[in-house]
Amino acid sequence: MMRPVLNLLARIGQGVMEALARLGRWFVFMLGLLPALPASLLRPRLIVDQLYQVGVLSLQIILVAGAFVGMVLGLQGYSILATYGSAESLGVVVALSLVRELGPVLTALLFAGRAGSALTAELGLMKSTEQLAGMEMMAVDPLKRVVAPRFWAGVLTMPLLAALFSLVGVLGGYAIGVGLLGVDSGSYWSQIQSQVDFREDIINGVIKSVLFGVVAVWIALFEGYDCVPTAEGVSRATTRTVVNTSLAVLGLDFVMTALMFNV
Amino acid sequence: MSDAAACVAAPESMLEPLIEIRNLSFSRGSRLIFDNISLSIPRGQITGIMGPSGTGKTTLLKLVGGQLRPDAGEVWVDGLNVHTLSRRALFALRKRMGMLFQHGALLTDLSVFENVAFPLREHTRLPESMLRDLVLMKLNAVGLRGARDLQTAELSGGMARRVALARALILDPMLVMFDEPFTGQDPITLGVLVRLIRNLNDALGLSSILVSHDVAETLSIADHVYVLADGHVIASGTPAAIQADTSPWVRQFMQGLADGPVPFQYPASSLQDDFRLPPLQEPSS
Repeated sequence: MMRPVLNLLARIGQGVMEALARLGRWFVFMLGLLPALPASLLRPRLIVDQLYQVGVLSLQIILVAGAFVGMVLGLQGYSILATYGSAESLGVVVALSLVRELGPVLTALLFAGRAGSALTAELGLMKSTEQLAGMEMMAVDPLKRVVAPRFWAGVLTMPLLAALFSLVGVLGGYAIGVGLLGVDSGSYWSQIQSQVDFREDIINGVIKSVLFGVVAVWIALFEGYDCVPTAEGVSRATTRTVVNTSLAVLGLDFVMTALMFNV
Repeated sequence: MSDAAACVAAPESMLEPLIEIRNLSFSRGSRLIFDNISLSIPRGQITGIMGPSGTGKTTLLKLVGGQLRPDAGEVWVDGLNVHTLSRRALFALRKRMGMLFQHGALLTDLSVFENVAFPLREHTRLPESMLRDLVLMKLNAVGLRGARDLQTAELSGGMARRVALARALILDPMLVMFDEPFTGQDPITLGVLVRLIRNLNDALGLSSILVSHDVAETLSIADHVYVLADGHVIASGTPAAIQADTSPWVRQFMQGLADGPVPFQYPASSLQDDFRLPPLQEPSS
């Protein structure tokens, strides 16, 4: 009679202990990585290599996704605005949607799927094939040599990718709104120029994308570094990276939007 | 210290063991891996650590290298208590240790040349021409000078271990630790690795720890052997002494017997219970 209850309590206790242990490892990882970050700036070559891996190789998916999102915004925005006779405001709707929200958020989600999962898998593989342990035994700190350059690459890359996403999205909206649906080209651009504020909209969007970059790359690197060093462990860690980053970015976006835009 | 005193001290220090493990205990979770073991690794020799899988041979190397902390006891390497060192001092000590991991642990995004050059690039500022010569000398020592431009994915298992050996030697260490270097190798590669380990140890004046469960290969090149089981050192001595050991455990391991102190059957409930057999009848007289 008591056994199922005790088993349930034991499972709950075990889950809590595992969660606390994981939290502890997360802090240890953070404490180890923070001092390694400034030192890694002295080796820019390592960061440039990672900028290519993390940033350039993500360009394709970011640009294609940005174009499609912009085109969909053009179609949806036009159909709604035309109802109220204000189709000329299409430019500002597309631009503000992208710069404030969709650019940073969707870029972070795509980053988690493309670069974040790749970072986790790469680090997990290095761990499971003892490359990280091998570095330690060669008196080379993997946090400095491997993790820190990838962290900088992710943080530097994210705002650039988000800016490109928004730019291509605005052009996609232009192609649909002006090219296909007959919105006036001058209105499209002048509305954007007059209504999109540099500090309120663009800088806030950049701040969001930098923060999302920190969160996304931090989660990806921690999951790879902390994974169980087996094939199954690496695949589980990769999944956790995408899920956790997506949830963290969406939750954080809500908080930041509420704080930034005085809604 | 005067020059004369230094000259006198040097031979004495050579007599001290390179590694002293004192009353070491280590456990993973509830499983006790080492139970108060003590052993010493002499300088200039090859010391074999043998025992079946799961006895903690690799764990012992990680404890020596400071990658794991013991629950109790001390590990002294060249007069330094490994687990009391600062991280900086530990890294300085590791520069004088080379380790050959079971699968090589080569960096997969670097070529053979760059893998061997990696410790030099990280720890020295040598001119490129000198670095190149040093790397090629080490690669030549393991017979792979011609493979310098290959990527790690193009190497066979044996070649990967030889490249890893060249990398472990590149900083001219005092100690090299070999973790299961013979596992899964064909007879030719096995012969190459056995010869390399012996020749390099003697030619470079190294001290080597050879962790393995390959009995014939280890006994053929080791100067001294420890056999581990159930968290204890169950035998130690020269290869000849180990082969002559009559204890049941050592005999089972050396001769590869299926049953003995290590039972063939994993602990299980009785056959009667598992196969739902009726209890055996006492024969009537």
